[in-house]
Amino acid sequence: MRRGFTHQLNSSALDPGQRQLRIEGLGLHFGELVALDDVSLEIRQGEIMAIIGPNGAGKTSLLNCISGLYRPQKGRILFTNRGEHDTTRLSPDRIARLGIARSFQNIELFRHMSVLDNLLSGCSIHMKAGLLSCMLYWGKAEREQLAFRRFVEDIVDLLEIAAVRKQTVESLAYGLQKRVELGRALAMKPALLLLDEPMAGMNSEEKEDMARFILDVNEEHGITIVLIEHDMGVIMDISDRIAVLNFGSKIAEGSPDEIRADQAVIHAYLGDE
Amino acid sequence: MESGIFHTTYRADMALRQTPAEKVRVVLAVLLVLCFPFFADRFYLTLANQIGIAVIGAIGLNLLVGYTGQISLGQGGFMAVGAYTAGLLTAQLGVPWYGSIPLACLATAVVGGFFGIPSLRLKGLYLVIATLAAQEIILWIVTHWDAVTGGVDALVVPDPTLFGIQMNTDFRFYWVIWGLAGLTILVTVNLFRTHIGRAWIAIRDQDIAAEVMGIGLFRYKLLAFATSSFFVGLAGALIAHYRNIVTWERFTVDVSVTYLAMIIIGGLGSVAGAIFGAVFITLLPVFLNDAGQALRGVIPNIDTILPFAEQAAFGIVIILFLVLEPRGLRRIWDRIKDYFRLWPFSY
Ligand SMILES: Nc1ncnc2c1ncn2[C@@H]1O[C@H](COP(=O)(O)OP(=O)(O)O)[C@@H](O)[C@H]1O
Ligand SMILES: [Mg+2]
Repeated sequence: MRRGFTHQLNSSALDPGQRQLRIEGLGLHFGELVALDDVSLEIRQGEIMAIIGPNGAGKTSLLNCISGLYRPQKGRILFTNRGEHDTTRLSPDRIARLGIARSFQNIELFRHMSVLDNLLSGCSIHMKAGLLSCMLYWGKAEREQLAFRRFVEDIVDLLEIAAVRKQTVESLAYGLQKRVELGRALAMKPALLLLDEPMAGMNSEEKEDMARFILDVNEEHGITIVLIEHDMGVIMDISDRIAVLNFGSKIAEGSPDEIRADQAVIHAYLGDE
Repeated sequence: MESGIFHTTYRADMALRQTPAEKVRVVLAVLLVLCFPFFADRFYLTLANQIGIAVIGAIGLNLLVGYTGQISLGQGGFMAVGAYTAGLLTAQLGVPWYGSIPLACLATAVVGGFFGIPSLRLKGLYLVIATLAAQEIILWIVTHWDAVTGGVDALVVPDPTLFGIQMNTDFRFYWVIWGLAGLTILVTVNLFRTHIGRAWIAIRDQDIAAEVMGIGLFRYKLLAFATSSFFVGLAGALIAHYRNIVTWERFTVDVSVTYLAMIIIGGLGSVAGAIFGAVFITLLPVFLNDAGQALRGVIPNIDTILPFAEQAAFGIVIILFLVLEPRGLRRIWDRIKDYFRLWPFSY
């Protein structure tokens, strides 16, 4: 594996294995309800980190804290990409600009746009043309649009969505929409990619495709991935490390083999039997 | 017959008009606008000028409401800013009319941007109320700031001249209005080919996802308010110089509602829709009036009820439209095009 930024889709400048994201003692509550309780986690460049846990364990809340949608009451989040940034209090768009992209548990595409326009929206942060240039569609604006139009075609190829690229996303099957959402996140050329249940609700064939895409993105482009998923088969297959959340606390962390053998995890998943 | 659209270069793929039929339609529309004044009489020229101004205002509003999803009832107020700024610059400070127009646009953009600030916190109906407040505040200032605006009295604007030629005949001002309408169309269509327009649509469709894609909501919403108001201000400035007179009654909340009706009936989030809506809403009262006159001999005492009947008919037509084709004239137009695209092989 080479440095991230030598890959087209990846904007990370770290070497594989270097610490990319550090979460320190994160605490988040909604009124009485504790969603995250003193969660600490490190994510390294180039790995696939899976986060598992029962429903309501706080997995999505954790991603929301990382991408700035939730403000944790306790703890810090530090992200390294060309210098270390404390992102705990940054707005979502600032965090996105630092190189963190994500998909959502319930698809949140731009419904009325075509697949291509959704992907191009993902490139927004890299488009710099000013208002006047855009109004005239001349000079920088035109050059930029053409360059990124070419660029998103690579994502279309990677995700095998060429046949539907001019269609409105609203009209696509669920599985394809999930793929487009992955594509839109990739269009940001992220350093770190957060995927919230990218295979939920898919049949086994679709899951296999999606797992292959995620591995491609990780192996060929060296993008670090944090993945929430319920299918243990897939998780054990593709992740390098796994963290387990239960009632907002991290109860285990380790390689797939370690997690498989962990008593606390077995307990949380199977209950007292 | 076009069976499908296939392009060999990305440039062609991203071109504004993609098929020969689309190009032909644009050329025909431009020819119509260019030839119309040579055949039309004064009555129709006046109507065409009103339509041109409405087209500019409706495109501006659609940019904000239809594309960005920020519903506004401030249209009348923003038009007033444009009209009074242009009128006062020329009447009081002697700025030439063609210089006052861009300045009025910029002033309206600033005012629109300012009243867009609440949009960061307010959505939907709450934003409607906030923009309604903007409308009322602007109109209150206009009618009470006697020293500058002349209050409720009409502001008289000197005749526009160009190289010593009086410009405010219907025929001559037609070129000013439709030239600027053409520019407005072009600039808006271009914006929606770039990241700025896409960011606006993204905010409308899914604002949280947009933010997570790095699109700063505050920045782009304010930009939408400012850009929209720029064009709305242009419509106002044109009214000032075309009519030579600016009165506050032309910019009440009725105007805001009428413009909303235009873009809803024409088609939200579509430049073509804004144009269709502007044409339709400007012409509808004229047709209704003609129909009323035609019924004169048939129904006794029609003179007393005619004004009310016209208003009621206006409302009924709009309701019928919304029920029968909620996506507007633009959608009907698309269906006509689809029909003829495959014609005569449609099955
Ligand atoms: N915006 C919110 N407001 C109130 N409670 C929330 C909110 N988001 C999440 N929660 C609560 O936090 C807990 C963790 O939720 P979540 O992170 O979505 O779990 P998971 O993704 O692991 O299923 C749940 O009990 C959920 O109801
Ligand atoms: Mg979840």
